[in-house]
Amino acid sequence: MNKGLWRQWPLHLMILPGLIIVLIYSYWPMAGIVMAFQQFVPFKGLFGSKWIGLDNFEYVFALPDIGRVIWNTVFIAFMKIIGGLVVPITIALMLNEIRNALMKRGIQTLIYLPHFLSWVILGGIFIDILSPTTGILNQLLGLFGIEPIFFLGSNTWFPYTLVVTDIWKEFGFSTIVYLAALTSIDPSLYEAATVDGAGRWKQTWHVTLPGMVPIIILLSVLSLGNVLNAGFDQVFNLYSPMVYESGDILDTFIYRIGLEGMQYSVGTAIGLFKSVVSLIFIVVSYVLASKLANYRIF
Amino acid sequence: MNHVSNSRRLFLLINYTLLTIVALLCFLPIVHILAVSLSSKGAATAGLVKLWPVDFTWSSYEYVLNKPQFLISMWVTVQRVILGTGISMLLTLLVAYPLSKEPHQMKFRTAYAWIFVFTTLFSGGLIPWYMTVRDTGLIDTLWALVIPGALPVFNVILLLNFFRGLPKEVEESCFMDGGGYWTSLWRIYAPLSLPAMATVTLFTIVGHWNSWFDGLILMNSPEKYPLSSYLQTVIVQENLSNMTADQAAAMADVSNRTFKAAQIFIGSLPILLVYPFLQRYFVKGIVLGSVKG
Repeated sequence: MNKGLWRQWPLHLMILPGLIIVLIYSYWPMAGIVMAFQQFVPFKGLFGSKWIGLDNFEYVFALPDIGRVIWNTVFIAFMKIIGGLVVPITIALMLNEIRNALMKRGIQTLIYLPHFLSWVILGGIFIDILSPTTGILNQLLGLFGIEPIFFLGSNTWFPYTLVVTDIWKEFGFSTIVYLAALTSIDPSLYEAATVDGAGRWKQTWHVTLPGMVPIIILLSVLSLGNVLNAGFDQVFNLYSPMVYESGDILDTFIYRIGLEGMQYSVGTAIGLFKSVVSLIFIVVSYVLASKLANYRIF
Repeated sequence: MNHVSNSRRLFLLINYTLLTIVALLCFLPIVHILAVSLSSKGAATAGLVKLWPVDFTWSSYEYVLNKPQFLISMWVTVQRVILGTGISMLLTLLVAYPLSKEPHQMKFRTAYAWIFVFTTLFSGGLIPWYMTVRDTGLIDTLWALVIPGALPVFNVILLLNFFRGLPKEVEESCFMDGGGYWTSLWRIYAPLSLPAMATVTLFTIVGHWNSWFDGLILMNSPEKYPLSSYLQTVIVQENLSNMTADQAAAMADVSNRTFKAAQIFIGSLPILLVYPFLQRYFVKGIVLGSVKG
């Protein structure tokens, strides 16, 4: 037996349990995608169900709601991507100006906290806060003479409520990433800028921002992969039939049709559409990231 | 630069103020919910509660903690956190270590790596995944909450990048002394990577505590729901189904507002309790994962 291979067999043994889990629960479902081309009946299984080609896709794209759902998904996801870039960069730049370490850490701690609470908890909190009758936000708006707004029940407001609450939850996370990038900027650049007579604003503009450009490019390119991820957990815990028109997204649509409605094949077909489009965006974004920012996953 | 100009002072003042407001906005909603949960029903229904309890009472917590279903779900969650985190950490470690080796040390290393990474790029989708869990017989068992997600690839990447940052000489000296890969993993890599492992463990625990969707679709009876799934049904679903039935009625129906607030607060309590102490590990996790050298 090859001596090298004999020596390395423990490595292959170690990886085996994890490999089995992934093969069963990630790769076997990929094989299950054939359901999308079948008239799947659970007791007949993958091999016994009738093959119907692209009929499920024809059915899906003829559904009256599908255009609305795709539009909602892209619109909400896109706004989240933009807000998820602008807000953390701004906050990171503001935090960078704070010299008091204790205060800086205190603020970081508080803004990072919502990231760790689930959308079940946060959904409960927002349903309470945003209620048109007892919600504290509408009470506050009332002080300024503004009529109560049904944030979670109005199709005008719902998508923006989703975007704002999502940014509220996640901006602390990205802020810390940007702050880490800021600390890696060479301090001598600031000294040089000061010698050249640059004030604080000019330093921010000519040293700090350019220093952040690589990480900004990297994170914005990588977020391309999320164009069809409008956030299932959040939408599922905040939406209701009243706002399906403006808030129903691909993932919630798949859940209702596929699992609740038990139209397994149709649900799988929509899921496949989403996975394939997402994969294309992810591959493009990784190619861009490796070209523009020299990024490697591992 | 000793001289601080007036405009700079003004900027700092505005900056501090804005950031303080932003930080408070992240925290005050939770304070408000806590205040509601500790107020009397009447005060909450009338919308009198702001950031401090009105007509202070523990009654909502007594009510919630005496509900058998609440305690059952809590127990399911405790089980899944312990079992799930243990299994998941073991598997993560066992996968991350071989993948941190060079291709000449481990044949097919790159192929293995791609098998794992590809799962983060593409998936079969919800329905085929559900069918697989069903076909493997896990539905309605605790294992359904533990096994399918037992290998979070993100954590593997995090840990393997950390392993690669460790000096190779230490391991070579272990091989010199006649140790093999197992010895190296348990005696050298595992102890040296304790900070990274602590971070990953923390993420896994939080993930299990927060996870609600799997319980909702994989458990047929509510007695088997973990706490998050149970809370989802009582806090969120109840509210939304009411809204569809009759919007006006839902808007008037705020009678269980304090109960809901109490359950929301209990659901977030463990995280609120550990967070201040372990925050640096959480931060380390981000920095490890996203801006590695």
